[in-house]
Amino acid sequence: MDEERNARLGRLRWHCRRALLELDLIFQRFWARHGDELDAQTEATLTRLLELEDHDLWALVNGKDSTDDPQLAALVETLRTV
Amino acid sequence: MTLSYSVRKFDAVIVGAGGAGLRAAIQLSEAGMKTAVLTKVFPTRSHTVAAQGGVAASLGNSEEDNWRWHMYDTVKGSDWLGDQDAIEFMCKTANECVIELEHYGMPFDRLDNGKIYQRPFGGHMSNFGEKPVRRSCAAADRTGHAMLHAMYQRNVMVNTQFFVEWQALDLVRDAEGEVLGVTAMDMETGEIVVFHAKATIFATGGAGRIYYSSTNAFINTGDGVGMAARAGIPLEDMEFWQFHPTGVAGAGVLITEGVRGEGGILRNSDGERFMERYAPNAKDLASRDVVSRAMVTEINEGRGCGPNKDFVLLDITHLDPATIMKRLPGIHEIGVQFAGVDCLKEPLPVVPTCHYQMGGIPTNYLGQVIVPQGENKAVPVPGFYAAGECACASVHGANRLGTNSLLDLLVFGKSAGETAVKDLKSGMRSHKPLPQDVIDKTLARVDRLNNQKSGADVHETRLTMQRTMQKHAGVFRFKDMLSEGVTKIMEISEQVAQTEIKDKSMVFNTARIEALELDNLIEVAKATIVSANARTESRGAHVRDDAIDCPETPDGRNDKQWLKHSLWYRDGNRLDYKPVQMKPLTVETVELKKRAY
Ligand SMILES: Cc1cc2nc3c(=O)[nH]c(=O)nc-3n(C[C@H](O)[C@H](O)[C@H](O)COP(=O)(O)OP(=O)(O)OC[C@H]3O[C@@H](n4cnc5c(N)ncnc54)[C@H](O)[C@@H]3O)c2cc1C
Repeated sequence: MDEERNARLGRLRWHCRRALLELDLIFQRFWARHGDELDAQTEATLTRLLELEDHDLWALVNGKDSTDDPQLAALVETLRTV
Repeated sequence: MTLSYSVRKFDAVIVGAGGAGLRAAIQLSEAGMKTAVLTKVFPTRSHTVAAQGGVAASLGNSEEDNWRWHMYDTVKGSDWLGDQDAIEFMCKTANECVIELEHYGMPFDRLDNGKIYQRPFGGHMSNFGEKPVRRSCAAADRTGHAMLHAMYQRNVMVNTQFFVEWQALDLVRDAEGEVLGVTAMDMETGEIVVFHAKATIFATGGAGRIYYSSTNAFINTGDGVGMAARAGIPLEDMEFWQFHPTGVAGAGVLITEGVRGEGGILRNSDGERFMERYAPNAKDLASRDVVSRAMVTEINEGRGCGPNKDFVLLDITHLDPATIMKRLPGIHEIGVQFAGVDCLKEPLPVVPTCHYQMGGIPTNYLGQVIVPQGENKAVPVPGFYAAGECACASVHGANRLGTNSLLDLLVFGKSAGETAVKDLKSGMRSHKPLPQDVIDKTLARVDRLNNQKSGADVHETRLTMQRTMQKHAGVFRFKDMLSEGVTKIMEISEQVAQTEIKDKSMVFNTARIEALELDNLIEVAKATIVSANARTESRGAHVRDDAIDCPETPDGRNDKQWLKHSLWYRDGNRLDYKPVQMKPLTVETVELKKRAY
């Protein structure tokens, strides 16, 4: 893996350290399962998703809330099922 | 030595941007001090976000209340191990701090008359323990989050300088014992910088991740506590950890008390409702420690569930599904996500789970870090202050009351900031020359990681530590298990000193970050198990099987021998003790009594 991408993924991984344990656990599984096959599109969507506040993000993942954004919605669905 | 570093000068450096760090920073920046705040994650992603219950203050908006009652509850909750001067200070200052927060823009829930709405919370009573009182102030179920937002905005206004995604590595403390700042690493570049400061404040939060089962997010690795220990500061009362009875087994995610409140029942492997034996009246609704102990007893006596017989079951299958979905929103999803269980059809696997660190870096109510020197057990360390969960003021003593932690952040964050401002203004603090040997030690620690070969795996070593702590120094403690645990943790500590990371890159190297965090976790684990092994009584959250329950030592609490704070020193792995401050600042002492609710 080239250095630049490695650094980008490192940053993303770190941004998955959240304030809520629930999210930490979900992202831990996500990286274990999908970390090696992350394409540019998913990378971009994940970057956007991680901008959300923790409670809003958890509300999406636990199904209390939903989003109209199809890319975010698809990634949330992946997170719900990892 | 291949590593280099640069130096930046500030009046004050604060490590941590949770509730305590942000509150301290406001005080310093408002006073015009050049203030740097270092944080591993964006401030509003600090763990304070997880706090939902609220913050305690005897505002008396809904019914009569009084800081003296709050003080009484806190002393009693602490099982008399809390320092009464600090407790008086906290309870007396609470209203002012909460109102200040309101002025910073905190969107508290309100009564029709516009005043802050207050709700009841376990252990908070009126008239010296008579009946529950409404004392907790909340902002919907996002109290901690709203608090961080309000204080972050305020800090931006007063020009606090944030260093986001920086990991502090070590305290810089010179041969005379003065603190001159911290060494830190920029995660983005791997660059090492010494933040040279006249005042250094630690607000790094708790270390709940020393346990296998923890409600704490991954970020809670006790960095400040570990750094203090390495710099020769003793750690106070580290044997005291609050456990929540119902964390999801294997995951730690907290299942609220509300589930048992709605009729949830705890069962062992025989399907028995075992709480009937331990608490015939309150049953599953007995207090947290009683329920946790009963659960551990069931597991230890072989009536646990699952292939390893290491959890019990929380059963709500007899409740109406519609009620569950309405009254306990989120619980179904937690079951599915973290236990793989549909709780409408099957019971949830649960275990007592580590929740809150009562001990920490010893401080007084002014936020100064204090250490023993000769006969005097409370000598301030020049230039060093601490607040929040990493500190031990000590207001929570052997057991914290719910909602008192957010209050602790506000009160002692503010007082640590205020004391630092006073010290800075008095001219007694200067940028003393930096001790090269101390900085070299930190560089060597990072350098070792960069060069270590055939070392221990970080993830595995951490897991072994966590499992050992859970088994040997969990919610219910046994003499033999503790002493065996001490040996094991000391062995693991040797492995930690030889961890190896495969990825040696400089930029956002999460493997390196985690290895450095483990250096801190292990200090906390050592302090905890060594202090717990030595304290042969039961008090608050520290419960020993071999503590004798008799009229002289009711419930195993032995005031004659153990009404004192533990102090663990990393060097020599040794313990010292200091007296509990029984004398409040202005009122009468809350006299020793058996703690009963
Ligand atoms: C699930 C849960 C619910 C809770 N609910 C309540 C409640 O309702 N009421 C209540 O009173 N208490 C509650 N508590 C307890 C309370 O939330 C915490 O004790 C409190 O938020 C700790 O705040 P803090 O400012 O000390 O630390 P934190 O908020 O944990 O912040 C620590 C800061 O230090 C930084 N940091 C750490 N190490 C380093 C390093 N090496 N370098 C740079 N920065 C570093 C982090 O980035 C972070 O900014 C709850 C706890 C949990 C786990």
